[in-house]
Amino acid sequence: MATEQQGWADKPRNRQLVRRAIYLACVLLVVADFLVHRHISTGAERLPAFYALYGFVALVGVVMAAKGLRLLVKRDEEYYDR
Amino acid sequence: MTLPAFHPFLPFLIAAALALVTRGWLRSAILLAAPVIGFWQLLGAEVGTMTTYRIMDMQIVPYRVDDLSLMFGYLFHLGAFLAVLFALHVRDTMQQVSGILYAGSAVGAVFAGDFVTLFIFWEILGLSSAFLVWAARDERSLNAGIRYLLYQVLSGLLLMAGLIWHGYATGDLSFTAIGLQSPAAWLIFFAFGIKAGFPLLHNWITDAYPTSTATGTVFLCAFTTKVAVYALARGFPGAEPLIYIGAIMACYPIFFAVIENDLRRVLSYSMMNQLGFMVCGIGIGTTLAMNGAVAHAFNDVFFKGLLFMSMGAVLHMTGRTKASDLGGLYRSMPVTATLCIIGAMTISAFPLFSAFVSKSMIMAALLEEGRWVIWLAMLFASAGVLEHAGIKIPYFAFFAHDSGIRAKEAPLNMLVAMSLAAAVCLGIGFNPGLLYDILPFDVDYAPYDLTHVLTQLQLLAFAILGVVFLHRSGLYPAEIRATNIDAEWLWRKALPAVSRKVFATLQALSVWTGVIRKRLETEGAYVASRNSLQAALTRSWPTGSMVLWVGVFLALMLLAGLIGGAGR
Repeated sequence: MATEQQGWADKPRNRQLVRRAIYLACVLLVVADFLVHRHISTGAERLPAFYALYGFVALVGVVMAAKGLRLLVKRDEEYYDR
Repeated sequence: MTLPAFHPFLPFLIAAALALVTRGWLRSAILLAAPVIGFWQLLGAEVGTMTTYRIMDMQIVPYRVDDLSLMFGYLFHLGAFLAVLFALHVRDTMQQVSGILYAGSAVGAVFAGDFVTLFIFWEILGLSSAFLVWAARDERSLNAGIRYLLYQVLSGLLLMAGLIWHGYATGDLSFTAIGLQSPAAWLIFFAFGIKAGFPLLHNWITDAYPTSTATGTVFLCAFTTKVAVYALARGFPGAEPLIYIGAIMACYPIFFAVIENDLRRVLSYSMMNQLGFMVCGIGIGTTLAMNGAVAHAFNDVFFKGLLFMSMGAVLHMTGRTKASDLGGLYRSMPVTATLCIIGAMTISAFPLFSAFVSKSMIMAALLEEGRWVIWLAMLFASAGVLEHAGIKIPYFAFFAHDSGIRAKEAPLNMLVAMSLAAAVCLGIGFNPGLLYDILPFDVDYAPYDLTHVLTQLQLLAFAILGVVFLHRSGLYPAEIRATNIDAEWLWRKALPAVSRKVFATLQALSVWTGVIRKRLETEGAYVASRNSLQAALTRSWPTGSMVLWVGVFLALMLLAGLIGGAGR
């Protein structure tokens, strides 16, 4: 790293800043959920911060399920060529 | 000033012919002119125009302008212009000619007022695009192109059988909403379904799109599947099965996209996912849902085009598209990286980006119809989009670990094409009226109300939080060089294996029963063909078996046509 300058996105400090911005946005959006009156069309939406919870759970669920799927479907790169 | 009326396919056909005999900048200018001239005429086209001919007792309508065909007409001209612009540096007759012909056939298909005309353009669409796959000129693309063509041929066969049967049964060949009451309609339904990437019939997308050239894939991603969405919207609005098919299409590919290493294949899975939203919207069939579906198709050409363009630019400059090979390119390709992020934010449906204003119409329609289980599935799929297309694509290409690749920024024509696509994504995001004004049904919908914006931001922000959590905890799956087997395994591995078994069993039987054996030996031609088949079992067998099945299918279709005719 001495010979080449680090890019902005590689600096740990900048990465930390980005993460903090994400945390802050999440907190603000949950707070907003209690201040703002949302239109409700289904029962699930009545849950406070339903969309936030669902977004987090869905994403972690997708990735973890995909990891499991990999056990089932992963083959080497030349699989179809043999 | 308006141009004299001509069939909208004509500029593309003429450009393709002229491209054959010209070269260099002149050819580029001709290719760019085709969509411009076509678009110019379209601006003066009047809704309700129909050109009708009677040929052999059939009512042929090669040109029909209504709100739906006009919207897709605009779309395909814009998409063709961007794709040509992105490929302006290419000097390859095969690619340039087939590309413009392909774009033209998509235009022809949406203005087709009857099934026969539709079928003709449907076939040109499939055939011309196969050359775009082959344009990469390596063994991988050759084989993928043949498999791709087989899917297209199968779709064409189904359409042909369906339209003949439908024509006999009803005496009407006009391409309108035909519903799913008759078996003929089901044939047509699946013909459209193959090109729309219905689950289990989708592998031609994930197989062929990543193997084409950097520019070829940009053409491919714009037309075939959108023509299919148009055809479904025209022929089967409100068909209940489409709701479930669409939901499966939206959810199924997101798992594969997470673990896929080739970023253009990730985008191919992502394409199926987005098509799922459109197909589902068509299935709901209310004006809000139909508007949402076609609006999303419109936006998809630009945001998915932009993403494929950015990965095409990366491929063009570095020769790679695999996540495990890339990373750290943001420093050397900052403009491409920025434009890619705009595409990524659009597909994730952030407010102020175009997909937000179209996808939320489909989601709102689901809630309006009380289909909350499907709605939950689509919301789940939306979080999946953010992961694989919103974050994974830009992250692994331009950030992640430094791959050590020192590339240059993409050529100017690529950057301009990407910038224009990005401008459309943002333009429609900021001013949805631009798009809403050309939708086929009246729009009574406001995307930017507090609930929509807040809930979407919550969903996205916490999905991003999920990604951060997975990365920080080390749970995020590493990018691995691998093939992930999908439904295509059935015909590329299982079917050949089964047929090999059957063949071996027959052979064993023939050894036991001398009579059969003798017959086999006396029929020299059969023995010869058997021997060559055995040699081919190693590689080209999957394709061979597909050809066989297509043959079987054709026979079945003909039989079906006969039965349909007899029942009249």
